Amino acid sequence: MGKTTIVRTTTWSAGPGCHGGCGVLAHIKDNKLVKIEGDPAHPWNQGRLCARALAMTQYIDHHDRLKSPLKRVGKRGEDQFEEISWDEAFDIIEKRMKSIRDDFGPESMIFSMGTGRDIGPWICMLAYAFGSPNVMFALSGNACYSPRIAALDTVQGDYCVFDAAQWLPGRYDHPEYKVPECMIIWGYNISATCPDNLFGHWIIDLMKKGTKIITIDPRLSFFASRSKYWLQIRPGTDAALALGFLHVIIKEKLYDKNFLETFTDAPRLVRNDTGKLLRESDVVKRGSTDNFVVFDIQKNTFVIWNTLGQEYSIANTTPALTGNFKINLLNGKSISCVTAWDKFKESCEPYTPQKVEEITFVAAGDIEKAAKFYAGAKPAAIHWGVPIDMTPEITPLCHAIAALWALTGNLDVPGGNVFTRSAFNAVAYALPGAEGVIKLKDPAQDKPRIGKDEYGPFNQFIWRCQTDKVIEQIFSEKPYPVKGLWMQTCNPLSGIGLDPKLWQKALEKLDFIVGVDLFMTPSLRYADIILPAATFLEKDGVRSWWVPLQTINKAVTVKGCRPDVEINFELSKRFDPDFKWETIHDLFDEILKPSGMSFDELAKKGWALPPENHASRPYFRHEKGLLRSDGKPGFATPSGKFELYSTLREKWDLKPLPYFKEPPFTPVSRPDLFKDYPLILSTGRRSPAFFHAEHRNIPWLRTLDPDPVVEIHPDTASKNNISNGEWVVVENWMGKARFKAKVTKIIPRWMVMAAHGWWFPEKKDDPLFHTFESNINMLIPMNEQGKDGLGAPIKHLLCRIRKEKKGGGHDKI
Amino acid sequence: MTKSSKNGLLIDYEYCTGCFSCTVACCQEHGWQAPLSGIKVMEIVQDLPKDKAYLTFLPFPTELCVLCAKRTRKGLDPACVKHCMANCLTYGNLRDLSCELEKKPRMVLWSPR
Ligand code: SF4
Ligand code: SF4
Ligand code: SF4
Repeated sequence: MGKTTIVRTTTWSAGPGCHGGCGVLAHIKDNKLVKIEGDPAHPWNQGRLCARALAMTQYIDHHDRLKSPLKRVGKRGEDQFEEISWDEAFDIIEKRMKSIRDDFGPESMIFSMGTGRDIGPWICMLAYAFGSPNVMFALSGNACYSPRIAALDTVQGDYCVFDAAQWLPGRYDHPEYKVPECMIIWGYNISATCPDNLFGHWIIDLMKKGTKIITIDPRLSFFASRSKYWLQIRPGTDAALALGFLHVIIKEKLYDKNFLETFTDAPRLVRNDTGKLLRESDVVKRGSTDNFVVFDIQKNTFVIWNTLGQEYSIANTTPALTGNFKINLLNGKSISCVTAWDKFKESCEPYTPQKVEEITFVAAGDIEKAAKFYAGAKPAAIHWGVPIDMTPEITPLCHAIAALWALTGNLDVPGGNVFTRSAFNAVAYALPGAEGVIKLKDPAQDKPRIGKDEYGPFNQFIWRCQTDKVIEQIFSEKPYPVKGLWMQTCNPLSGIGLDPKLWQKALEKLDFIVGVDLFMTPSLRYADIILPAATFLEKDGVRSWWVPLQTINKAVTVKGCRPDVEINFELSKRFDPDFKWETIHDLFDEILKPSGMSFDELAKKGWALPPENHASRPYFRHEKGLLRSDGKPGFATPSGKFELYSTLREKWDLKPLPYFKEPPFTPVSRPDLFKDYPLILSTGRRSPAFFHAEHRNIPWLRTLDPDPVVEIHPDTASKNNISNGEWVVVENWMGKARFKAKVTKIIPRWMVMAAHGWWFPEKKDDPLFHTFESNINMLIPMNEQGKDGLGAPIKHLLCRIRKEKKGGGHDKI
Repeated sequence: MTKSSKNGLLIDYEYCTGCFSCTVACCQEHGWQAPLSGIKVMEIVQDLPKDKAYLTFLPFPTELCVLCAKRTRKGLDPACVKHCMANCLTYGNLRDLSCELEKKPRMVLWSPR
């Protein structure tokens, strides 16, 4: 018997399943995990740890873990597989994928992943080594995180998050830090799962230090109960609420005038005839289309904003913020112009608190009070959750919310919303707004990426393919056929795939599927070759998303399993004779290079925070000139300003100003459907026991949340003759699914909330583990993305509920 | 003030988020098989006037809780206290902890079996 050693490492990946960042101490004895604890020295979690990470001993040695590569010997969807060696598996994969590449081109292979963990870089590495640009995040409308990131890149050049002093040594006690006076939690039960590279309970730390909360959520969450204002919003109407906040802030002049004048595009002239920005090329011979025009009232003339130089063409220009100006165009025409600020105000003008109450169900008085409290609080932060992505008009919504933190002067200030970049700018792979070490060898290979030409953001920031278009193309085979799928830690039939029967058909149609995962899943039943992957405790890795910079350090090996990075590295070498790296550690070293540390050096330290005045560390970077590549003050937008009027949206032929549009399947937009389906259906509420479709097989976790539940208000339940704990059918025009009724007042009368990600790994009588039975995605269509290819109507559909038929067991689904 | 001969847990239920870290931490520490654990977390939806409600989570140590005697002898916090995501559990001498009750609303004090 050996003695116990303690390995210090970082959670990110299979295991807790989250977006990671906790420091943990893994107690290892004889190559076995005997215990895991939070690392008290780690600045991120300070010793704390969630239920899912604490259940790792049950996860890592689970009897159902895949421990050998498998080859399908039966039909797709059956449970006929036989064990093969790793060498044989790699050989088959190499042969089959190369033949697809030879016959149809590399783009005919799609490389698909699930939630954002330590898989993105390695799946890109493999796809790019193979030569395919088609890396797919398998959710309709790519509706998780990248829409929010792309939207903020569009209007402010960089993403931002709430500041919980995560960049500062000593955290909350650091002298530079200020505790937010107010925090808006917008559609988030963040404490359940730590999404988006943030530790959810930081907000509880801040509440204890005095932060007052405004919660925007239709459900009575932990935060809603403890809020100064709880705005119980109708799902899908968030943009109207944000515009209502802006209406109040503008009307009461609660905005930061200095920020507005210095750092936004407010004074830029917008043509009344076309509704477009006036460009230098409109008024000056050989003028640039990249330069904009303002009006200086004192000098009574227009002045050019030179984008390249980030300055006015005339020194000491005082541009007018508002007004109607006559401008003579080059072509001799005379037109009238207003300012971008006038246009922006005009967009917010109709959204009076009364009107917003009608749309959102939130009382006008509460909207007004909450908006004033937010705008008056210094500093104040907003944090939003994935429901923001889960609506088709996601970019105008983000634009409106971004304008809130910008106009109130809360951008990149201590305790506000601060810009986030990969720590030390150590970027592994292309994410919205960042170029990584791992990229396509030749930009020309990006040409066939699915969705790229149709959707502006996919051309500018998002380097994945558009998911709905991929599924469409699998069936249409236009403009080229999709033949193969690499599916890594991704389970579309149970979790990430909307309309899962459509996904099932798509999986049936493909010639070759590789599945990489830790446990057998319903989706893996469609794979030709299955490879057993590893947990975070079984691998080395690097994490720079967002801060601190840290390493993942291998603590144990589980015989038969291999880490994602090792699997993809081996195959990348086989597909690309010029593959750049000899060893995985060479690759890690290159990713970490901007930090000046090698993998081994960083691993010794454990973690590192970027130094002062580094572009990846707050504060006031737009003032210090740390955001733009030219080193000038301002933002990394095309025009250098925070754009109230988006130049990119204008370029993409989309509305450049924020707006609200009723989503596709609501009581308002579809009164015809509402007659038959009188309840708003929402899904995706988080359970601390699970991360999406994972963990149903971990006994300590499953016992905490044993059944798929639908939350129903007591009055709605009794109207439908449903009692607490009874099985009910939730159905609409798309399909149905069965859930256990949780009759509770945390949900409004007009809505039900159904849990997502349910399948039953314990029910082995069905090779698909009854994955369609309690799968709420059966009721959600695909192909409802917004005009920029982003977003999906996941939080606001319609349904009806009924008790399951007596006698004949449960409904056949 | 004289110490009590007993220790217990001070529970700040204002900040308990219902995350179940305590429950699983106890399972790991003591090898309990599901559904056993030294601490359960209850969800309580309080009815308030005017059709309002209030959501509370209350961690409740069970008959199985031994206050992590092995850990505390070594000067360590109990496993649930150490890992509590909201830092809302405090282990200590019952008399000391009872003084804490006055300092902040919405807390309960638990003494072991
Ligand atoms: S969910 Fe949160 S607490 Fe759990 S491992 Fe991930 S970051 Fe840490
Ligand atoms: S004190 Fe120890 S035994 Fe008691 S509930 Fe907490 S972890 Fe379990
Ligand atoms: S760990 Fe703390 S916050 Fe989480 S349920 Fe237990 S007592 Fe509550």
